[in-house]
Amino acid sequence: MKNKAKFWGIHAAPSKWLSWFLFALPFVLLILGYLLASEYRHRQNPSDKLLPSFSKMATTMQHVAFEKNKRTGEYQLLSDTLASLKRIGTGLGMAALLGVICGLNLGLFPGIRHLFLPLLTFVSIIPPLAILPMLFIVFGVDELAKVVLIFIGTFPVITRDIYLTVKKIPREQIVKTLTLGASQISLVYRVVLPQIFPRLIETVRINMGPAWLFLIASEAIAAQSGLGYRIFLVRRYLAMDMIIPYVLWIVCIGITVDWILKSLLRYKFSWYMKQQG
Amino acid sequence: MQTESLRANSFLFFEDVYKSYGAKVVLDDIDLAVARGEIITVVGPSGCGKSTLLRLVLGQELPSRGQVTLEGKSVGLPDVTRGIVYQKYSLYPHLTVLDNVLMGPRLSMPLLKRWRVRGELREEAFTYLRKVGLAEHYRKYPHELSGGMRQRVAIAQSLIMKPKILLMDEPFGALDPGTRENMQLFLLELWEEFKMTIFFVTHDLEEAVFLGTRILILSQYYTDDRGDGSHANRGAKIVFDTALPKEAQSTSVKSVAAFGALIQQIRREGFDPDYLQHARDFNLNHPYSFQTLRREENGI
Repeated sequence: MKNKAKFWGIHAAPSKWLSWFLFALPFVLLILGYLLASEYRHRQNPSDKLLPSFSKMATTMQHVAFEKNKRTGEYQLLSDTLASLKRIGTGLGMAALLGVICGLNLGLFPGIRHLFLPLLTFVSIIPPLAILPMLFIVFGVDELAKVVLIFIGTFPVITRDIYLTVKKIPREQIVKTLTLGASQISLVYRVVLPQIFPRLIETVRINMGPAWLFLIASEAIAAQSGLGYRIFLVRRYLAMDMIIPYVLWIVCIGITVDWILKSLLRYKFSWYMKQQG
Repeated sequence: MQTESLRANSFLFFEDVYKSYGAKVVLDDIDLAVARGEIITVVGPSGCGKSTLLRLVLGQELPSRGQVTLEGKSVGLPDVTRGIVYQKYSLYPHLTVLDNVLMGPRLSMPLLKRWRVRGELREEAFTYLRKVGLAEHYRKYPHELSGGMRQRVAIAQSLIMKPKILLMDEPFGALDPGTRENMQLFLLELWEEFKMTIFFVTHDLEEAVFLGTRILILSQYYTDDRGDGSHANRGAKIVFDTALPKEAQSTSVKSVAAFGALIQQIRREGFDPDYLQHARDFNLNHPYSFQTLRREENGI
């Protein structure tokens, strides 16, 4: 019997061309819909700001991306991007680093687990945005408060994720390692750490979303630069011609980072990908 | 032999060992003396505590009462004196076959020395890999190996540390019958060469009789003078202990009549819930076996 189903049903096997077509279709429809709506509104009101035309967005972005800002002497898109990436990189990086160390120790040492796990659970339930004002009061409106917000928002999740991964390592393997002459320290850092490293990359990938949320929220409230700052600044002038490309730019950055991390997993940790199936 | 001389002369020694979890007694007054170089196989009905017995030797669990000694010293937490091969999870998924075998030597050496002798270590690891027939697979990861190959690597990984005793907890339990038989022969070959002491837990009677130089049955199906009913709260005891002949190195021995008869006997004495021997009548005819019954167990 030949499998005829191309699209419908659980036995469907789309051909290569069809799968490319299916991939592109929703995007094409979205863009077409936008173009039509924009065209319609501009006919009604040539100075419409809500759905700017593609050419309008392109000109605006041309100005901010490739021309030096007259007042600051900087390329605005570049300086915004760098400021945001620095914050998110520092915050998420610190969270990943401390998260993996804490997760390892929580997972392997019952004493540490009893001492800190309840506290960690408590902290992880606090909505980070609820303590944002507190962070601004304590750490000032400079970089530190923003980095700390990203850290506080992602650290408990990363730690818990690593902790659960460590707990899943079979008891047998740990005993085995001790029979091979490992000290407790080398068990933690030479046997368990390399095994959970791919999971760390994965949990950082997952936490990129929340990290962006916290970044933009803190930039929206107080900043002098950054992607979130810019979006909230130009909102006052209804400058959709800048907001929409900025959002797309953030999406591009997100996809790129995600792709880099995924490639790292695929090429450096093939054993892990095989295990996950 | 007398208990005194056994205590002094045996390699592995259990005396009055109990293990209970809460109120439930699992191992009930285990007495066991083992000579160096034996392959002890342990069988018993499921849930009788075979693996618990092994974990007591390993140090993964500690006895509730009594003592386990290895070469006269009380066994502590797991360390290099005892090697272990489990049914699974023995290998590190993130390391190649070679690195898996090298893990032990690397872990037990300081960094500088490890760097200095790295060539010799590699050579030694390859020696063991050749012995287990996997030298050409040294760059593969565990997930790329078959079940039998994985267990061979696990055995090499343990043997390279030259443990005093090799503990095996149903190591071939997940293999298909053909591979399993090959692994049994392979283990006997290794044993002929290294003459290491092996403590082998299995649920397969045929495997136990074929591999062992001595077989133990651990069973909760027996009776004694503590009476019946739940208040007796009996755990498993060694109910059968005998030496096995070890001359033929071929699996054809499995079809010999005496082999089958022994398996039948073991099945009846250890695995039949209705066949209850009194504790003082256990079939403990191995020269090293001994039994210290307490008064309430042995009425008189």
